[in-house]
Amino acid sequence: MSAQESGRDGVTRRSFLRGGLGAAGGLAAVAAAVSPLRELDTGDLTLERLLQKHYKEMTPEDKERVLERIRNEVQQRFEVRPELRDLPPLPGVEFAYALNLGRCIGCRRCVHACVRENNQSRDPEIQYIRVLELPRGSVDVERSEHHYDHLRVPSPDHYYMPVQCHQCENPPCVKVCPVEATWKEPDGVIVIDYDWCIGCRYCAAACPYFARRFNYAEPSVPKEELNPDMNYLSNRPRRKGVMEKCHFCLQRTRAGRMPACLEVCPVGARNFGNLLDPESQVAQILKTKQIFVLKQDAATLPRFFYYFDQDM
Amino acid sequence: MKTYLHFLWRCFCLSFVGDWRYYVWMFALSAVVLTGLNAWCRQLVDGLATTGMTDQVSWGLYIANFTYLVGMAAAAVMLVIPVYIYRKRELHDLVIFGELLAVAAILMCLLFVSVDLGRPDRFLHIFMRFNFPISMLSWDVVVLNGYLLLNLHICGYLIYCAYRRRPPSRTFYVPFVFVAIVWAFSIHTVTAFLYVGLGSRPFWNSAIIAPRFLASAFAAGPAFIILTLQVIRRFARYRFPDQALGILRGIVTVALTINMFLLVCEIFTEFYTGSAHMASTRYLFFGLHGHDALVPWIWTAIGLSGFAMVVLYTPLARRLGWLNAACVALIVGIWIEKGMGLIVPAFIPSPLGEMVEYTPTRNEIFVCLGIWAFGLLIYTILVRVTVPVLTGRLVLESAGREPGSDTEHGPRAHEAAAGAARN
Repeated sequence: MSAQESGRDGVTRRSFLRGGLGAAGGLAAVAAAVSPLRELDTGDLTLERLLQKHYKEMTPEDKERVLERIRNEVQQRFEVRPELRDLPPLPGVEFAYALNLGRCIGCRRCVHACVRENNQSRDPEIQYIRVLELPRGSVDVERSEHHYDHLRVPSPDHYYMPVQCHQCENPPCVKVCPVEATWKEPDGVIVIDYDWCIGCRYCAAACPYFARRFNYAEPSVPKEELNPDMNYLSNRPRRKGVMEKCHFCLQRTRAGRMPACLEVCPVGARNFGNLLDPESQVAQILKTKQIFVLKQDAATLPRFFYYFDQDM
Repeated sequence: MKTYLHFLWRCFCLSFVGDWRYYVWMFALSAVVLTGLNAWCRQLVDGLATTGMTDQVSWGLYIANFTYLVGMAAAAVMLVIPVYIYRKRELHDLVIFGELLAVAAILMCLLFVSVDLGRPDRFLHIFMRFNFPISMLSWDVVVLNGYLLLNLHICGYLIYCAYRRRPPSRTFYVPFVFVAIVWAFSIHTVTAFLYVGLGSRPFWNSAIIAPRFLASAFAAGPAFIILTLQVIRRFARYRFPDQALGILRGIVTVALTINMFLLVCEIFTEFYTGSAHMASTRYLFFGLHGHDALVPWIWTAIGLSGFAMVVLYTPLARRLGWLNAACVALIVGIWIEKGMGLIVPAFIPSPLGEMVEYTPTRNEIFVCLGIWAFGLLIYTILVRVTVPVLTGRLVLESAGREPGSDTEHGPRAHEAAAGAARN
């Protein structure tokens, strides 16, 4: 010790042996500690993926290369060749949703149609839509029941409020993302680049509508249930460790179709369309009905409106 | 340059040398670090599902520890300010130990953030598409790393000068010291702003959070330093008068009082207003809708802080034993208050009124313990190599081994002479 401290770094055979044994023991201990990594699925840890650019920085050629790579990966994992596209936002279109609470019966068909359409994980279960059961006469979400389980809906004296991403005009989730992995598209939809998200979950903390879902474990979708109609910024398969959420079914809506949750609704409570087209149903509802948004005091300006009406 | 590398090499060698207590301590810490590493590898394989976090409570122990340790790092200034602004000579030689603690604490902070990421393999994205200045998290990355560099520079420079036995040039470190003072406040303020800026979480959306963070940090940090300094005095043979601990005790007392006052302000506002915004506060203190996992925690924290305050305000605190007990109580109390008490309840109930509670898993706790052990390991090594340099037992030979060339550092020269005699 004194030899060391006074600076004479002499190496004797004994200290050399001791050091060597110590180093070997230490290395063995470290190797044992990191041994779980042998089971690590390195499927999405390829160099190509690590070097992939941010969506907004990709050239058309980059994009085509990435899309082709994802098609191959999906084919390998699910044995289905997907129809993967990167649909651009339609000019002159801003999407909006209007939901008639007077009609909703709380059947949750929208929840399950969404899961199938958007390739959400079945185990662990990820759902973009949460249906709240509220006692009549209250809009206080704290009095809501999330896990109601009746044989028949609607239950008497209750009404139902489905909540999904509100695609806010002033989105707090986009503001907080440290790496710009989530942003607002020109058609008003908030999207996530699943290949850019670092999984810090700051956006989930910032969302006032509990819209964001995180892949805490590797998502699992049965091969036979995979929806092969895919879009880069919406329903392509995700991996563990990234955020996802409702995106108004961009793979459908940017191709002129309606969202899956709307198509499946048995009572016609859901309305979707282009806010900028005065003739669209959604624009008409906003003009003629008494609409409200959830948590107006959060001032996030949702594109998801609620109204009570037995007729429409 | 060659001298510098040789200095680092000697420090490296020295970190493997010590008496049997040193070896036991280092082996124990290494074992805990490796257990934590093992738990983190498991988390990498199975995802964050190995933690107790959910979509409802999306931040847990990792972020809680991160927040606490940012405060610990910031608290180093509570040693710097008395010395460089109020010219308290007694603390002069101890500043370095505070700054080294800041270095270790920041390293732990960075590790806690890293293990919280779902995709740590993508952390480079932060350099490629940095959402600065919009995202508060990007501010945090800047201020934390800046603070780390500042402290590394200040300590490294002073220690290296002591090694070469030349007086440090003031222009090379005093400006940095003053920048670091402001910077220390900034790291904890920015960390508070991470939470305060979220309108969706009424529990955090309060302007008092940043001052409360600073007050609790300036109580817990110096309390930790009081304990650490005594350990250093006992085991690293580094002498300093009890008076230095007295100054720190005063700081702890004032900071703790301010912290308790702010806590009372917060509680009054929340409960007397009685608006819907108080759901999380009610959950924390009394439980809500039959869920009360955090209630015992927060009352323990308040009890511990209360005990510390009683001790600190009575003559008991002049006795080291009682002072140490108060410090331990306060460190634990504030850890609970800031971790379980400030991060977790903001998520309960969820924005849609759902009650989902949070319990950390064993794997998650192992990762946390591993990071704490890593921090202590780093700090032990830093102190281990710093003490011989400051006391003149480890110096550059060509610079001469005769102590007493600078009269300014009286105790240091004295210690150097004693060290030389021992060797």
